Amino acid sequence: MSAQGAEPQPNYLTAGQSVRSWLLTIDHKRIGLLYMVSITLFFFLGGAAATLVRLELMTPKGDVVQPETYNKLFTAHGVIMVFFFLIPSIPAVLGNFLVPLMIGARDLAFPKLNLASWYVFMIGGVFTLWAVLTGGVDTGWTFYTPYSSMFSNTSVMSAALGVFIVGFSSILTGLNFIVTIHKMRAPGMTWLRLPLFIWAMYATSLIMILGTPVLAVTVALVGLERFFGFGIFDPKLGGDPILFQHLFWFYSHPAVYIMLLPSFGVINEIVPCFTKRPVFGYRTMATAMMAIAALGFLVWGHHMFVSGQSMYGGLIFSFLSFFVAIPSAVKVFNWTATLYKGTVSGTTPMLYALGFIGLFTIGGLTGLMLASLAIDVHVHDTYFVVAHFHYIMVGGAVMGYLGGIHFWWPKITGRMYPEIWGKLAALTIFIGFNLTFFPQFILGYLGMPRRYYEYDAEYQVLNVMSTAGASILAVGFLLPLVYLILSLWMGKEAGPNPWGAKGLEWEIPSPPTVHNFDEPPVAPERPYDYPLKEQDREPS
Amino acid sequence: MWDFPLFPEQGSAIAWRVDAVFFFELAICTAVTIMICFLILYYATKYRRGSRADRSNVVTDNHLIEVIWVGVPLAISMVMFAVAAVVYFQMYRVPEDASEVYALGRQWMWQIEHPGGKREINELHVPLGQAVKVVLSSQDVIHSFYVPAFRVKQDAVPGRYTSMWFRPDRVGKFHLYCAEYCGTDHSRMIGWIHVMEPADYQQWLESGGPTEPMATTGAQLFKSYGCSGCHSPSSTVRAPLLDGVFGHPVPLEGGTVVTADERYIRDSILLPMSEVAAGYKPVMPTFQGRIKEDELLKIIAYIKSLGRKNERVEQ
Amino acid sequence: MSLAEAEPTHGYLASHFETLEQQHQSAALGMWTFLATEVMFFGGLFLGFSVYRFVDPEPFAIASRHLNVTLGTINTFVLLTSSLTMALVVRAGQTGDRKAQVRNLLLTMALATLFLGIKAREYYEEFEHHLAPGASFSTAALHLPEDAPESLGQQAQLFFVFYFFMTGLHGFHMLIGIAVMAVLVVKAQRGQYTAEHYTQLEMTGLYWHFVDLVWVFLFPLLYLVELHT
Repeated sequence: MSAQGAEPQPNYLTAGQSVRSWLLTIDHKRIGLLYMVSITLFFFLGGAAATLVRLELMTPKGDVVQPETYNKLFTAHGVIMVFFFLIPSIPAVLGNFLVPLMIGARDLAFPKLNLASWYVFMIGGVFTLWAVLTGGVDTGWTFYTPYSSMFSNTSVMSAALGVFIVGFSSILTGLNFIVTIHKMRAPGMTWLRLPLFIWAMYATSLIMILGTPVLAVTVALVGLERFFGFGIFDPKLGGDPILFQHLFWFYSHPAVYIMLLPSFGVINEIVPCFTKRPVFGYRTMATAMMAIAALGFLVWGHHMFVSGQSMYGGLIFSFLSFFVAIPSAVKVFNWTATLYKGTVSGTTPMLYALGFIGLFTIGGLTGLMLASLAIDVHVHDTYFVVAHFHYIMVGGAVMGYLGGIHFWWPKITGRMYPEIWGKLAALTIFIGFNLTFFPQFILGYLGMPRRYYEYDAEYQVLNVMSTAGASILAVGFLLPLVYLILSLWMGKEAGPNPWGAKGLEWEIPSPPTVHNFDEPPVAPERPYDYPLKEQDREPS
Repeated sequence: MWDFPLFPEQGSAIAWRVDAVFFFELAICTAVTIMICFLILYYATKYRRGSRADRSNVVTDNHLIEVIWVGVPLAISMVMFAVAAVVYFQMYRVPEDASEVYALGRQWMWQIEHPGGKREINELHVPLGQAVKVVLSSQDVIHSFYVPAFRVKQDAVPGRYTSMWFRPDRVGKFHLYCAEYCGTDHSRMIGWIHVMEPADYQQWLESGGPTEPMATTGAQLFKSYGCSGCHSPSSTVRAPLLDGVFGHPVPLEGGTVVTADERYIRDSILLPMSEVAAGYKPVMPTFQGRIKEDELLKIIAYIKSLGRKNERVEQ
Repeated sequence: MSLAEAEPTHGYLASHFETLEQQHQSAALGMWTFLATEVMFFGGLFLGFSVYRFVDPEPFAIASRHLNVTLGTINTFVLLTSSLTMALVVRAGQTGDRKAQVRNLLLTMALATLFLGIKAREYYEEFEHHLAPGASFSTAALHLPEDAPESLGQQAQLFFVFYFFMTGLHGFHMLIGIAVMAVLVVKAQRGQYTAEHYTQLEMTGLYWHFVDLVWVFLFPLLYLVELHT
């Protein structure tokens, strides 16, 4: 807030306004914003591809685009959404912004490396966009061999190069977070006093640094095979196409936890704030996230039950997959328990959080069905799987991201967004989302395979419902784009702590100064230190 | 317009079991979801800001409750796993009386061949009540043979054989789809499984003129490719005789033992150095690049026929 | 009024750290974390190689015998020695001995360059024998038996794919190491590394030992496949 007459304190937004000061910044907060702009662009690009996909699927015959184009569209949607939106989203935007603030540090451990990670991200993005623009890629985001390495005649190399490069952005971010969280906590900030968002970032970073290199190698091998014609995965030349699947899913399964754990972190910050009480079972919540990170590396074969993998391999992977679901279930129960005897406010971030819990529950439980061998044989590679992962990725990860953006918007920008529009958008997204994806569970069990641009007439009504939902969902996503940008000029000025939340980031001005803290702050004795006794609370 | 199906028909003996597992799990998942959604809405309303609910003695930790809600989901999960695994085993164990059919996936069609030699494209006729094992392979990329009504699916992987089986228990026609993305016309790699009364099936089998059984053609190929030059009792080169080999264990040089299944026969023809039979020298030449996929299947059918006394085909 | 003013830092302390100790520990943890990612990176390749070697040992054994074990062994000694000189660099950092830092950095660079030169010689020989995978690959130099199936040659080519990729990647890491050391030599010459502050030398040392360790695994894996037969 600006004091009357006095020079306003420069904050991180106003200190240096040239393009150069933004493109060469080493301020973690500005880098977070650079990422925010980039991933928003990629989100709407990926969304445009999805729009065309759903348009095509309104009718059973292929009449909107050519089959090759359709295949390129769903590939573009997958590659862009997974690698250029979901994986960076919360860590690179909210994580970059908040990790130092929440632990009381002035920046991340390696600020220049942080900037480098954004440039690496953009370079990877350029290669991938180049692939999309020079005719597209039609392998699916999963790049299965030998189709991708020996048969497809699309821009596989550029896309593979783009994915290879953007992986390093992920690795650098994860590395930065791990060192920062270990070494730069303020005095008194022990591990068990950390906000759960930090635990989430830590667990996510472990997966990022250990899993992504394997993806890099896998993609490099596909590129080598394609460029030189070596038979690494081609059976005609002595290779094994299933080896590709093992290598690919060894990263890509933990990758889904990269996409999901950060949302857990966001929900863990929103819920205590809007129930005005600590999260139920803090230690369990932290342990659960670490357990998910560890167990997530052991279950990749559940993507390969019908691939020709041995029956016994299938049994082991199915068994372990049930285990990885348990920590997630515990978190859902603990969040529900946090509502008990809390003081609940239905603000926009809270609506996203509550929506998250419900939709993630559905997504997670359908995951158990997919982990069940007998069911998976039937629904593998059908719309059932598509519905499942969209419940997790959109109903879960994206809602978590949007909830976080709204929650910390006042801190990031110093402005409030219009609450009515926030709630309206959240509701629109919730309704549109369910209408889009719930019918797909039914379609999947009916037997409609995925990646089909033509389908049998009996599937049409459900497809039309899904497309209708998608149009509502699109409106829901466009709304925040508009009102959040407008709020930069028209939004009410926010103080340091408009929500009355606990946490070090709420004790500094909104927007923060360049160096965040003049002195290292002292950590509170307990995280989420909301008053518990009735008489300590402010009157409702 | 509104009479579209919401649930697939059951066309095979295993389908009801798969559906039973599915409904069991669906019930659990629905119950949990309703419980969570109810509790969220209930607590969010009861404890909304401004309400006069009792908020005394807020508990932030309760290890006992947490142990319960770790233990109970774990137990339920194990039941779900076990039930699904049992049916999965049933789906994979091929019955003794299964007849065989060969399906070769290629961009973008299914080439299906009956042992009697009859061929189909994108269609498979089978008799009611008879277990059918489909031996799958691919000529190019990975495909997947999927019959939703039978609840079965198996990838067709180039360079190897995979298989699946089903026992159709209803007459009719059922969708066949390719379920692994394989390029431009992936969604057109579809067809039908026609389940017929046994008498009708026999009629169909015999229609369209006599066809040569796969094993007969295989016997001719066995000769024309020179296999019988070594693999016969009158040969001067010492090569294993193949009578009764199929389906039985074969000791290899180096001490291991493998079962002579489709994969072994195929690898022996294409990569003869990789699994040499014990007591024999590695002198067999490779036929990689010389024998086509469908010819391989016929030779394998012939060698299989040597393993069953009643169906032996004369060379 | 930050803690940083309590101890002399000679301008080494970055503005986002509180103490030199914190900065140093962060650098060390950062380097160890980075090395963990490198383990996973090379690990993926080791895994792929091992799978094919295990499934069909013979072509890999044949191909491996055509690598120059002599040169490979010499290179192993060269690289191990360079790790020694690198350790001496770090020691010289601890004692603040500028001359020893420069001397040992240059020695390490020389040994590393020698390694790369020997490796280049090996590559040259392999190219000459048409063992480099690609259009020019031929199995002639492998002296395969007359009736060997085509697949044997293809699998052997696969060996060379892994060989060139893994040693090439390793060599690339060495090049980066040499480049970093060149920068360090200039800084060491200017006396920028003292007993209180030689973090960059230490971190480069960690990196270099890792590069050495990768070679220690690569060498037997690639060069010594069934050497006894």
